[in-house]
Amino acid sequence: MLVLALDTATPAVTAGVVELTPDSPPRLLAQRVTVNSKAHGELLTPHAQEALAEAGHTLADLDAIVCGSGPGPFTGLRVGLVTAAALGQALNRPVYPVPTPDAIALDAATGKPLLVATDARRKEVYWAVYDAAGRRTDGPHVDRPADLVAKLPAVADAAGEGAEIYADVLNLPVVQARYPSPVSLVAAAADELLAGARPAALTPLYLRRPDAVEPVGRKRVTKA
Amino acid sequence: MTDRLILGIESSCDETGVGIVRLGPDGSMELLADEVASSVEEHARFGGVVPEVASRAHLEAMVPTMRRAVEQAGITLRDVHSIAVTAGPGLAGALLVGVSAAKAYAAALDKPLYGVNHLAGHVAADTLQHGPLPKRCLALLVSGGHSQLLLVEGLAERITEIGSTVDDAAGEAYDKVARLLDLPYPGGPPIDKLAKQGNGCAIAFPRGLTGPRDSKYDFSFSGLKTSVARWVEKQERAGEEIPLADVAASFQEAVADVLTAKAIRACKDLAIDTLVISGGVAANSRLSGLAAERCAEAGIELRVPRPRLCTDNGAMIAALGAHLVAANAKPSSLDLSTTPGLPVGTIQIL
Repeated sequence: MLVLALDTATPAVTAGVVELTPDSPPRLLAQRVTVNSKAHGELLTPHAQEALAEAGHTLADLDAIVCGSGPGPFTGLRVGLVTAAALGQALNRPVYPVPTPDAIALDAATGKPLLVATDARRKEVYWAVYDAAGRRTDGPHVDRPADLVAKLPAVADAAGEGAEIYADVLNLPVVQARYPSPVSLVAAAADELLAGARPAALTPLYLRRPDAVEPVGRKRVTKA
Repeated sequence: MTDRLILGIESSCDETGVGIVRLGPDGSMELLADEVASSVEEHARFGGVVPEVASRAHLEAMVPTMRRAVEQAGITLRDVHSIAVTAGPGLAGALLVGVSAAKAYAAALDKPLYGVNHLAGHVAADTLQHGPLPKRCLALLVSGGHSQLLLVEGLAERITEIGSTVDDAAGEAYDKVARLLDLPYPGGPPIDKLAKQGNGCAIAFPRGLTGPRDSKYDFSFSGLKTSVARWVEKQERAGEEIPLADVAASFQEAVADVLTAKAIRACKDLAIDTLVISGGVAANSRLSGLAAERCAEAGIELRVPRPRLCTDNGAMIAALGAHLVAANAKPSSLDLSTTPGLPVGTIQIL
């Protein structure tokens, strides 16, 4: 089956076309990835079209769509999810959400317990922990790196851009898997895709509430 | 040439709107669907629109609102000829949800995309109710985010701002005064209702920027809001009861007086005989009432779309898209950017 993989939960604007069959690992046909945290809205749909064109396909040929559901900075994260949702609606194809760190963990594929940390800005990271078999055992959460270290179970390595930025605090060997790849996004949803399972709701993993404070009393303009 | 169906998507503030307009071969327009999901109730306790709350609501509402619009119009998405979307001005994160969705719909359906100006859309809304605009007309655009006087010389051709607020938008002043009087958000409807029981001449609140050397067509509402606050606080300090209805009516009178006086003056100066009032504040009864009186005196035709078309919606974006399609405008690129501060003179972003 032909699957479009999208992710905008990191600075990497990611679109890839992946072939998935029951008896072999997902195979990348083409991808377009631009690392620019300000360009998700501009580039995602053109990237999807370019990747499809390179693979010799159009959107109409797709069987399903997979989209990283975060956690990630909100504005970019929403671009991927609303793009995937609208494509799914217009093409009448299922859209499967995949937590973004799950894909990064598959990319890292160390066979040992792993921390995945991505940049949450504000000096914090989004993080999740995976066991030796690659199953998520904790997270995703959002914390300052020093606070994360205090709660972190024993892991051998770390992956993701957050692990690189805060390597000095985390003090773990860094595996080169900075952003989620299209193949791993599809691999993370492979069982559901192949089974034709009913997709979960496309709910973004925000992990933080909106910054907003209710006003208390009213400001006076004259001196009491 | 056959009918063309134009889809409009709006997400610049707190309403997720999808509208569908049928554009006839003769340029006629018929509104087939106008679906809006509003997050206004989620913002009420904050006393104003919280951008992140609005953006989250747009993401949740986009696909369901589209589904309802398509059902309401009795079409399928495949029947759509072109897609128009608000590309600015508006809240950055909110705009991005609508534009990203519009790109995906355009790509999936293989149809042209038009990234359009929200303010021009407000003017276009009137053509859905009252038909084509004359070659030249003036538009007074008043909402929670905007207060502008526009010279409109063709919706697809040329829109020029001749005046705008130098501080708060008119609707913003309503929200702030409503808070001062312990009225709910948004402030327009409760102030309008309360004002009906009050005397608009009771308190002489200032008319901003109406001095002989002030800018002829610009507005200022910040001083008015402060003046209302001072008056109320003075009464409170003196232990006097606040005549809420009179305060509301006098505030409302000051707003309606300045807006209509400047709009009529601009019409006269520029020899224009048609005034369109649109945007959320156009639903205000005193503004439309006073405008009707003054336009009649001056021999100016007044056009105010029904309230549903005045507030933010997708139908107005579809209408503007239809004008662009009818004028054979070039579609926008799929790497279109949103522009939160888009000037009104830029009707379309390519």
